[in-house]
Amino acid sequence: MRASPRAIAVGAGLVALALVPLAAAALNQPFYLDYFRRIMIFALAALSLDLILGYGGMVSFGHAAYLGIGAYAVGILTHHGVHNGFVQWGVAIAASALVALGIGAVSVRTSGVYFIMITLAFTQMLYYLGISIAQYGGDDGMRLAVRSQFGGLVDLRDGVTFYYLVLAVLVLCLLLSHRFVNARFGMVVRAARSNEARARAIGFWPYRYKLGAFVIAGAMCGVAGALLVNHTDYLTPEFMHWTRSGEIMFMVILGGMGTLAGPVVGAVVLLLLEDVLSGWTAHWQIILGPFLVLVVLFAKRGLFGLLPRDDPSHG
Amino acid sequence: MLVLEQALNGLQYGVMLFLMAAGLTLVFGIMNLVNLAHGSLYMVGAYLATTFYAWTGSFLLAVVLALLGTLVVGVLVELIALRTLYERDHLDQVLATFGLILFFNELIAIVWGRAALYTSVPTWLSGHVLVLPGVPYPVYRALIIVVGLLVAALLWALVTRTRVGMLIRAGASNRAMVGALGVNVRLLYTVVFGLGAALAGLAGLLAGPIYAVQPGMGEQILIPVFVVIVIGGIGSIRGAFVGAVVVGMVDTLGRAFLKPLLATVLRPSAAESAGPALASMLMYLLMAAVLAFRPQGLFPTGR
Amino acid sequence: MADVLLEVRGLTKVFGGLIATNRVDLDVLTGETHAVIGPNGAGKTTLIAQLAGERSPDAGTIRFGGRDVTALPAPARSRLGLARSFQITSVFREFSALDNVALAVQAHAGHSFRFWRPARREQALREPARAMLDTVGLGERADVVAGTLAHGEQRQLEIAMALATGPRLLLLDEPMAGMGPDESQRMIRFLDALKSRHTMLLVEHDMDAVWALADRISVMLYGRLIATGTPEEIRANAEVRRAYLGEDFD
Repeated sequence: MRASPRAIAVGAGLVALALVPLAAAALNQPFYLDYFRRIMIFALAALSLDLILGYGGMVSFGHAAYLGIGAYAVGILTHHGVHNGFVQWGVAIAASALVALGIGAVSVRTSGVYFIMITLAFTQMLYYLGISIAQYGGDDGMRLAVRSQFGGLVDLRDGVTFYYLVLAVLVLCLLLSHRFVNARFGMVVRAARSNEARARAIGFWPYRYKLGAFVIAGAMCGVAGALLVNHTDYLTPEFMHWTRSGEIMFMVILGGMGTLAGPVVGAVVLLLLEDVLSGWTAHWQIILGPFLVLVVLFAKRGLFGLLPRDDPSHG
Repeated sequence: MLVLEQALNGLQYGVMLFLMAAGLTLVFGIMNLVNLAHGSLYMVGAYLATTFYAWTGSFLLAVVLALLGTLVVGVLVELIALRTLYERDHLDQVLATFGLILFFNELIAIVWGRAALYTSVPTWLSGHVLVLPGVPYPVYRALIIVVGLLVAALLWALVTRTRVGMLIRAGASNRAMVGALGVNVRLLYTVVFGLGAALAGLAGLLAGPIYAVQPGMGEQILIPVFVVIVIGGIGSIRGAFVGAVVVGMVDTLGRAFLKPLLATVLRPSAAESAGPALASMLMYLLMAAVLAFRPQGLFPTGR
Repeated sequence: MADVLLEVRGLTKVFGGLIATNRVDLDVLTGETHAVIGPNGAGKTTLIAQLAGERSPDAGTIRFGGRDVTALPAPARSRLGLARSFQITSVFREFSALDNVALAVQAHAGHSFRFWRPARREQALREPARAMLDTVGLGERADVVAGTLAHGEQRQLEIAMALATGPRLLLLDEPMAGMGPDESQRMIRFLDALKSRHTMLLVEHDMDAVWALADRISVMLYGRLIATGTPEEIRANAEVRRAYLGEDFD
């Protein structure tokens, strides 16, 4: 098997992530556990967005909505005494998929600017919905009293176990995504992005495939939401704020749109960058803003995109 | 009469949305530029007006200075940051202008702090006017409605009856041709963007006394503006007007009356939570409904 | 008397004040190669767009294989056996030539709601695709990224993709566009070889190709179809000569 630069980078990255808990223990800095766990959760969210953005060409500015739905699914069920993780996360996935289906059914038929504006509007609608339902905390959100429980299988209260669970979910989703983008379905999605008129001319109905990808991406992000609420032990409507969508989108761009490892790299870099900058000044966004503009103007292929491809015809 | 008062409020919100939407849709229609930072110009207008009013004590002077200031900021942004974006695809434009939003919000926070600023309506504009016998309505809000409708009429005249308007419409249909005719397209773009900035600034300075002036206020109005544009049709000023008034009315009337309406059919506690929740979703549901039947909006320009 | 495979009646398309397609009547018989010629702006491209399903006509009907397809969108027409190549090369630029053709095969090989198995390992898709590339002469270039192929090769790829869908009718929109003399000759020979097995509607400016390939020719001018007939009839047609071929043509 060839060891291409990209494959090596991916392998090394995953190994590094796997070693973080050991390093954290050795350095007696449990903080790093939380830190990288959060990064991985956002990496998952970014990966899900990349499926429709990078591979599907759909600029969805409303992806953070599914973080919120996944989180609220878990939060609301916990609030009502349902602590079973399988049920909660199942509902999180189903709810995210369903909402994605609803929003997608209306939005995917549009394209370009309309699509951007519409997805943004819908996500804001959900945000306001979250704010106005006082029963679940409204503006302030609510605490997660108990983390999802999985019988005796895994105990999320243990930081290290939870960390490896998140890593496992991320790796699993990377694998599933890899199969997805190269399977028949994914190829049609990519073809529709590349040249929609051509795809139609050879006999594909792009709408069905784009909608399907939209739903899958939403469901995957719902998983990230379920993980996030367990990680932070609280949830707020801010999870769904559209600026959060923008942040996730930037992770995808920064890391490399249209690749699978790119979003992961992007999440790591962006969150690290935000952390470093906020250490310098409380007004770090005034640096981040222009930085993002420069990335868009000059570095669109992203960091991972800079590495030479394995095989030009296989993308 | 509560309904009339709320309807007028809806109209007032609507004309403010129109001022924003007109600028945004013009810029998109002519230059094919999606500008998320349009809301930031609104914010700049509000902050400048508030500050100048506090310094000079003269509302009129503050209005003029704020308008000019926003215009200057807009033109600077266009020259420095946006010119490179005209050739780029929409994704790039969205991301780059998103970066600008972060920049502006933080800049404002550095200079003015994060706490909301409050400014009051000048005394000669406070008080009520009788729109109908026995129906008092705040003078300031009535003024906003009047100003908004006036601007709408002026814009209409500008676009349909003047040379500049003709260039604007010509640019909308075929920019290469306009350029080939010897028109300075770059200048045209800067002028159009400046116009959009001025409209946003106007909306912002009008908003100051009645809405909270704080970092992030631009995005709060931006999303409803997007809803307006999607409903009205991108690139259409007429669509922006109709869309804005409809959205303004639906949103305002919904917030005012949905809860009491629901309370007549649901239990009070259910209406208590469902009312505001549904009211906040109304404009988006309306957008979805319009899209289901007319994916290009009510007045598509065929772009 | 051959069957009418494609029957167009009264096809009309208006853009603002311009009548791009003006009550066009056209028949394409099974097995024939039917060329559509006319000066730029005559409405040929709009005609093709309506036949392919990209644009819906304002009036008129299109029947394909006896079936009314006027309201059907492009993917549906492709499923019924209508394939097209584009005037301005339109392929999946980031994918290899083989991927491009394999996608065309995939569109007609069962459904694509499959999420696990890599499409590139499906021999049922790859083999016919390779065969098709060989047929058009791109066999050696199968793994080259489509966007980096030479212009003439991309035109060949266009045709390969159209053929790969197993069509009953080929709509070829200026297949010779942008080709040099050698490439054009090769393309003409290739299309000539296709004639026996396919029905083709060919829009072309290159009159060498038209005279060499066409069984019948239709002439368009300002949105109207002004003449249809065999090449001899068209050559002799005074109106056509005046409008398009030139007075001194013989």
